[in-house]
Amino acid sequence: MSATPLLQVEGLKKHFPVHKGVLGRVAAQIKAVDGVSFEVAPGEILCVVGESGCGKSTVGRLITRLLEPTAGRIVLDGTDVTKLDHAAMRPHRRQVQMVFQDPYASLNPRLTVGGIIAEPLENFGLARGAKKRERVAELLQQVGLRPEVANRFPHEFSGGQRQRLGIARALALNPKLIVADEPVSALDVSVQAQVLNLMSDLQRDLGLAYVFVSHDLGVVEHIGHRIAVMYLGRIVELAEKRALFDRPLHPYSRALLAAAPIPDPKAKRDKLVIEGDVPSPKNPPPGCHFHTRCPFAVDRCRREEPPLRPLGNGRKVACHLVDDAGEFHGGTPKPALVEQAAS
Amino acid sequence: MAVALPETEARPKRGFARFARRNPTIVTGAVLLLFMALVALFAPLIAGDPLAITPINRLQAPSSEWWFGTDHLGRDVFARTVYGARVSLIVGLSVAIAAVVLGLVIGLLAGYYRGLDAVIMRVMDGLMAIPAILLAIALVALTRGGVLVVIIAITIPEVPRVVRLVRAVVLTAREQAYVEAAVATASSGLKILLRHILPNTVAPLIVQATYICASAILIESALSFLGAGVPPEIPTWGNMIASSRLFLQMAPWTVLFPGISLALVVLAINLVGDGLRDRLDPRLARRM
Repeated sequence: MSATPLLQVEGLKKHFPVHKGVLGRVAAQIKAVDGVSFEVAPGEILCVVGESGCGKSTVGRLITRLLEPTAGRIVLDGTDVTKLDHAAMRPHRRQVQMVFQDPYASLNPRLTVGGIIAEPLENFGLARGAKKRERVAELLQQVGLRPEVANRFPHEFSGGQRQRLGIARALALNPKLIVADEPVSALDVSVQAQVLNLMSDLQRDLGLAYVFVSHDLGVVEHIGHRIAVMYLGRIVELAEKRALFDRPLHPYSRALLAAAPIPDPKAKRDKLVIEGDVPSPKNPPPGCHFHTRCPFAVDRCRREEPPLRPLGNGRKVACHLVDDAGEFHGGTPKPALVEQAAS
Repeated sequence: MAVALPETEARPKRGFARFARRNPTIVTGAVLLLFMALVALFAPLIAGDPLAITPINRLQAPSSEWWFGTDHLGRDVFARTVYGARVSLIVGLSVAIAAVVLGLVIGLLAGYYRGLDAVIMRVMDGLMAIPAILLAIALVALTRGGVLVVIIAITIPEVPRVVRLVRAVVLTAREQAYVEAAVATASSGLKILLRHILPNTVAPLIVQATYICASAILIESALSFLGAGVPPEIPTWGNMIASSRLFLQMAPWTVLFPGISLALVVLAINLVGDGLRDRLDPRLARRM
């Protein structure tokens, strides 16, 4: 792990106020992100996984400062960008760019491809006239499209091609970090792999770092270096990809991995199944957010919020039942919640 | 679209015929409006002096000499009707342009800068409460009157409608993912507003402009009819109807021709507006 992280996030929180009534009085706070800390090294792919509504996309938007954080710190390449206003943030936007989930909505249908990709270049006065066209052509080639398509409009492209355009736009400023918010989840499975491979290649060739937000564990296993598992606005486990996939420690990580389909009928697997729905982020349960659905929960989990503790070799877990050596002391889960693998 | 385009380029005549067949309302309205505009523009070539008083020929019925007859002072109704088109079209066009430009700027600001929104919209609510005709009468009474005062008086109450429309479009457009993407690439607020948000307002604004134009012409005529509009020495359809209404039974043509012209112009503009609305934004048609 590199000594100076490219991105450092500490205690990041985002609470959305819920307004009610004519006077718009704040009735409640949606705690979308509730104290998240992690680091991303240069050239590293950190995947953020979790189910819908766990706050993973919000984390991505906070890092790119598309949303204002409620609390916490975002340090980008040594500069604290948390409190920078729109103008002061401008130079730092060159470092961190974003690829959006919906390749149909994130490209302005009225602009040509050339206009879309050149926009970041114009914003920083990086290229003009023939040089600009040259750079756009270069970017298009970099993402596997023919340079001639610069005069076309987004509606003339397929979903996968559009996402390539979104990636080209993100690359235009030579960023060090790209936040990818579910970049392939809107695409057909056959196209997903192509776009993922493109992103992998670009990462290797250009030494990029990614914060890759996804709900798809297959995608994450394919592209990630390290993985942060989020549940209800908090990171519950942060580990190297192999370590997490081989032996998830947090009960939620176990359940998440157990729920992912494995294309091998003979594969042995953890059959931990959790019941119930995610509690509302408006009123998250006290103590460990997961205790309402955790088959191992003890009294302490209901009272005391478990910190995200380092276990050594870069692994961090937020669970009272995992000791410092990485052993799980949960005993047997409540029987109704476990299905034995019969086959 | 990609299929139809080369064909229209290759055979423009056929392209226009097809356009006319598919959009009869736009074409009918536009042809009628173009005719009226040409008449107004070349009024001196078409008609004689609209102010010449020949008492000996007063209240003459339409004939080969006086196509539309003469009024109670012996003035040529045809000439007055033709010249009256000038005032109506100038007022309609000016009010539409002024209201759209003002409304666009204010609406963009209100929609994009949330801090200004509440203040601007309350002011607009206030303006909307003022009846156009009363405001015009007050303004004309306070000043010397004239076409400019009439234009200003009609524009003020029309602006809030445009502001509301533009603001609504901006509020929808600013939530688009491509606007977020523009923020992420460090585009300035002004650039986002002009490049990504403004184009969304064009189609609904063109439609709204036609409705404003039609209503401005009607209000101008009403003001002239009430004697609160442009000075009486300038012939307008409104003051022609007003001064001739006493002779309606004796000489109906004095009221009929300016009345028909007024109805035709407003109809033509509304036809164009309806046609454009259906063509530019089918969703808007359902909303309005």
